[in-house]
Amino acid sequence: MKQMPEEGKQLVACIPRLRRYARALVSDHALADDLVQDTLERAWNKLALWRSGSDMRAWLFGIMHNLHVNQIRRPALATVALEGDAFDLPVRASQGDQLEVRDLHSALQLLPGDQRAVLLLVALEQMSYEEVASTLDIPLGTVMSRLARGREKLRAQMEGAAAVPASVVPLKVVK
Amino acid sequence: MKPAPITEAELHAYVDGLLPASKRQQVEAWLQATPADAEQVRIYRDQNASLRALFSPVLEEPVPAALQQAGPGEPHVPAATNWSLLRIAASVVLALGSGALGWSLRDWQSISSPVQQASPYARGDASAQNQQLAMLPQQAAIAHAVFSPEVRHPVEVGVDQEAHLVAWLSKRLGTDLHPPRLGAQGYELIGGRLLPGNSGPVAQFMYNDASGQRLTLYVATENSANHDTGFRFAQEGQVNVFYWIDGKFGYAISGSVAKNELSRIASSVYDQLQAN
Repeated sequence: MKQMPEEGKQLVACIPRLRRYARALVSDHALADDLVQDTLERAWNKLALWRSGSDMRAWLFGIMHNLHVNQIRRPALATVALEGDAFDLPVRASQGDQLEVRDLHSALQLLPGDQRAVLLLVALEQMSYEEVASTLDIPLGTVMSRLARGREKLRAQMEGAAAVPASVVPLKVVK
Repeated sequence: MKPAPITEAELHAYVDGLLPASKRQQVEAWLQATPADAEQVRIYRDQNASLRALFSPVLEEPVPAALQQAGPGEPHVPAATNWSLLRIAASVVLALGSGALGWSLRDWQSISSPVQQASPYARGDASAQNQQLAMLPQQAAIAHAVFSPEVRHPVEVGVDQEAHLVAWLSKRLGTDLHPPRLGAQGYELIGGRLLPGNSGPVAQFMYNDASGQRLTLYVATENSANHDTGFRFAQEGQVNVFYWIDGKFGYAISGSVAKNELSRIASSVYDQLQAN
């Protein structure tokens, strides 16, 4: 069997993280894996262009980001996926001092895409702000302002959600 | 005296653990004196933790075969989301064969590998029951060895979200789970995770003692042989395991602790599970 080159192994090792990020970015499971698939195809074809020794993760997430941005420029009907465990969870026992996971998923989807991308790279990937800037190809100052606005908006969404009585089903925003 | 003011960027960097120690102290002094900012930090940290709790289970999912196969020049096959066990098994075999192992697949492989090899515990008749019974401690010990040394991610969902943890694992295993309390034995629950078993999900709860020694309780619901057993003991490398079958459940408690200490803990686990 042909031995997979070192950069190919590095690429494959990133797949689970790409899937996690994609799942958080687009929420629909099938669309998320399609995004990963497109990213991997593009990456395999451009692997020769990747500079050995540079950060493979930032390179891959950058490819995914560009594909995602191009996809949302040709918008389909925005949907909120209702599958997965996150939607059946009861409220956690820790009284009121924790976010409800159930609402977090939909609140996240209501953030503007550029703020969501920055927040997810920081929170999920635990990237430094410089890494986020190079992954998304934006200035550091823009990273900081998107992070600040994204966090504040998520906070407001969650506090707004908490204020709605449990018996009231909030309307979903369909763009 | 009011501490030196800090910038908003520093507040975020503090939330994300990106500040050098000296700066961190300055921010902490500021937060002591400024409850509104301290509250903001608490909420933003909570956002980070909640986002990780919500999405990190994706890391443990087997990677769909279509993604594994994507290679140079491969045509695009749309990713599918409905996975039969056969297709999952196929992706594992593919991953083992290609040598293309991501870290999550490495875990998956080590847990799954007993499926492909004759168990050293299986007796000559190699009946399904004996195999099933023999694989329980082996798989529990491997899962223990894989996850208990983890510093940053020993569990998927921590005990700070215990209600979520219990509801989630109960739902996935299709039964009410109650992680036993081992405080009397000096061990506290730190959280749990979902693992792939032979034919379905398996739960692992992890415990810590004051010295950092870890125990794991492995709960499988795959026992179809359906004969209860008493306590059995197995040793896999450094890991001691007490295990038993109760109806469709297989339980195994694993740790690198002495056999007699582990036996006392296993008894307590058994008693508490009986009481539920």
